[in-house]
Amino acid sequence: MADLVQLLVSGIATGAIYALAALGFTLLWQAAGVINFAQGEFVMLPAFAMLFGIAFGLPMWLAFLVACVLAAIVLGLGFKLVIVDPLIRHGVIPLVIATLGVSIAVKSIVRAGYSAEAHPLASPFPSGQLSLAGVTVSYADIGTLVLAGVIVVALQAFLNKTVTGRAMQAVAQNTDSARVLGINVRRMVMYVFVINAVLAVVAALLITPTYLAKFDMGDSIGQKAFFAAIIGGFNQTRGALLGGVLIGVLENLVGFYVSPAYKEGVALLLFLLVILFRPEGLLGKAEERKV
Amino acid sequence: MKRFTRICAALAVALAMTPVVAQQPIKIVGLVELSGTGATSGTNFDNGVKLAVKEINAAGGILGRQVQYTSSDTQSNPGVAKALAQKAVDDGAYVVMGPVFSGSILVSMAETQRAEVPNFTGGEAAAITEKGNPYIFRTSFTQTTAMPKVARYIKSDLKARTVDVMWVNNDFGKGGRDMIIKSLEAEGIKVGADISTDPGQVDFSSAVLKAKQSNGDVLFVYTNEEESARALRELRKQGYAKPVVGETVLTSQKVIELAGDAANGAVAHVGLTADAPLPGIKKFDVDFQREYKTRSDHNGLKGYSGMYVVKAVTEKIGKVDGKAFAAAMHGAKILVKDTPGVLMDVSFDKNGDIDRESFLTKVENGKQVVVKTLPPLGAK
Repeated sequence: MADLVQLLVSGIATGAIYALAALGFTLLWQAAGVINFAQGEFVMLPAFAMLFGIAFGLPMWLAFLVACVLAAIVLGLGFKLVIVDPLIRHGVIPLVIATLGVSIAVKSIVRAGYSAEAHPLASPFPSGQLSLAGVTVSYADIGTLVLAGVIVVALQAFLNKTVTGRAMQAVAQNTDSARVLGINVRRMVMYVFVINAVLAVVAALLITPTYLAKFDMGDSIGQKAFFAAIIGGFNQTRGALLGGVLIGVLENLVGFYVSPAYKEGVALLLFLLVILFRPEGLLGKAEERKV
Repeated sequence: MKRFTRICAALAVALAMTPVVAQQPIKIVGLVELSGTGATSGTNFDNGVKLAVKEINAAGGILGRQVQYTSSDTQSNPGVAKALAQKAVDDGAYVVMGPVFSGSILVSMAETQRAEVPNFTGGEAAAITEKGNPYIFRTSFTQTTAMPKVARYIKSDLKARTVDVMWVNNDFGKGGRDMIIKSLEAEGIKVGADISTDPGQVDFSSAVLKAKQSNGDVLFVYTNEEESARALRELRKQGYAKPVVGETVLTSQKVIELAGDAANGAVAHVGLTADAPLPGIKKFDVDFQREYKTRSDHNGLKGYSGMYVVKAVTEKIGKVDGKAFAAAMHGAKILVKDTPGVLMDVSFDKNGDIDRESFLTKVENGKQVVVKTLPPLGAK
């Protein structure tokens, strides 16, 4: 029983990180109709930005803040203005291809500029474990859960309780109606891109101590986040959370009770099952194609 | 007179041509993992070869000819490695260095063997030199020679009765897993949990939990560099307090750098280490750091010493001839006093396996410390 609880806690912690990246997928899709296949690289780049900051003598918290600002500018505003805006009028497919291109280009640049080797990033949480009733949980897992939880709750509160958040939701639901209501659609979409970039930095902070900073570290996280978004429902932010946590927990359970060799296949299997039997996702709503 | 002039002209042309031929560089091709899961190993190996080539060229080359070294990225992919080996052969390579990954060399060495081009590898899988290929030579120990030493240490020093084995599911890991289990059982030690992990695996939480639950006396970890670092981090994260032992990779410089404090206490048998208390290796360590601003792991030493073996044996046979080189390699013994670049006295057997001293290392305060020097097998 103690093993199961431990597996669940660490699985939820890992899943929460997937969920942060998956949230970005769903937010961008809802607000701007963008599927960003460079999402994994959006997590990798801030990891290297933090490494740079630390190498320049910044404390981790300051390196994190600098990475947030840089990400908001480059991966938020820059990505929207340079990639999305010129291509969005041509439909989803050219944009998908463009994000795939961004993914390859970013990996190549980082590999050429920072070597193909992995680099360590210290955990923002203290080492050590908390033992309670036979269950041992690391402070890193607890910290990850708390931080990811706070981010998710704050984001939900922002989207549901503030005027700006509601305006963003209105844009996500119907752009034309939102515009008629006087909402500045361009600005709301811009906010979504910036939020996505900041979520990626938080995901980078939490996952890099485990994954290690490497040019291709985004492959795995990007893939898991995409699967999580599909599993939970691409048009539901709550779906991304559910998808991420489901993958994290099931990976841990399969890794322990079946074999660690099979855990990487869990997300793919779950993804296939959802696509076959509930294509709109576990919490998603079926959408009709516009003609 | 006219005839005399013609002869003089012909002689002049011949004389002019001679230095051109003599100055033609010796082509050495590196097939190394510069990306993918083997990037750390391949980059170190490649840098080691490059450093040796730089020194050799600065000292006048081999037989008066400069060495031209070019390296290609196998992407840690056996298929790519095979294609690059074919290209190296087509380009007229005298010797091929690499790949480092056992899975890659097992596939690519067919091309160099077919073309009768000597091929040095950093791979440690026992199968590499068991295929009767007369052109394959190691730069490190085979698992067959290393694992019995590890098992002996686990029994005599750690007094373990049960050992859990965590290994990476590729040619390198599977070969090591089979050999350590065989060696442990030969020492009368029981194998507890047999934990397979994936190449490139990032999350070791369930693997570590499995080891914790198994309750063995010692955990033997046999994975590649990044995975070893992740495993050590997860072991620390989950508070695993029993001895963690490995072979070669676990206490390597890169693993220590990536795992940080979590590497402290890990023990491994290593064939080569930059921390070895030998003057040649200390000099190499300084030179490598000056050149690449980072410390070399065992793979850097493999590439460096391997390149000096090429120099020593080529100069011994007195010509640049791959076939003669391979023949001279079998049974060759190269001493540090003759060729300091080989770093340690080394001998090659009829299969291309090496024998030399080795070390037992432990990570203490973020540094690899040599705790014991083990003699060559042939010395026993």
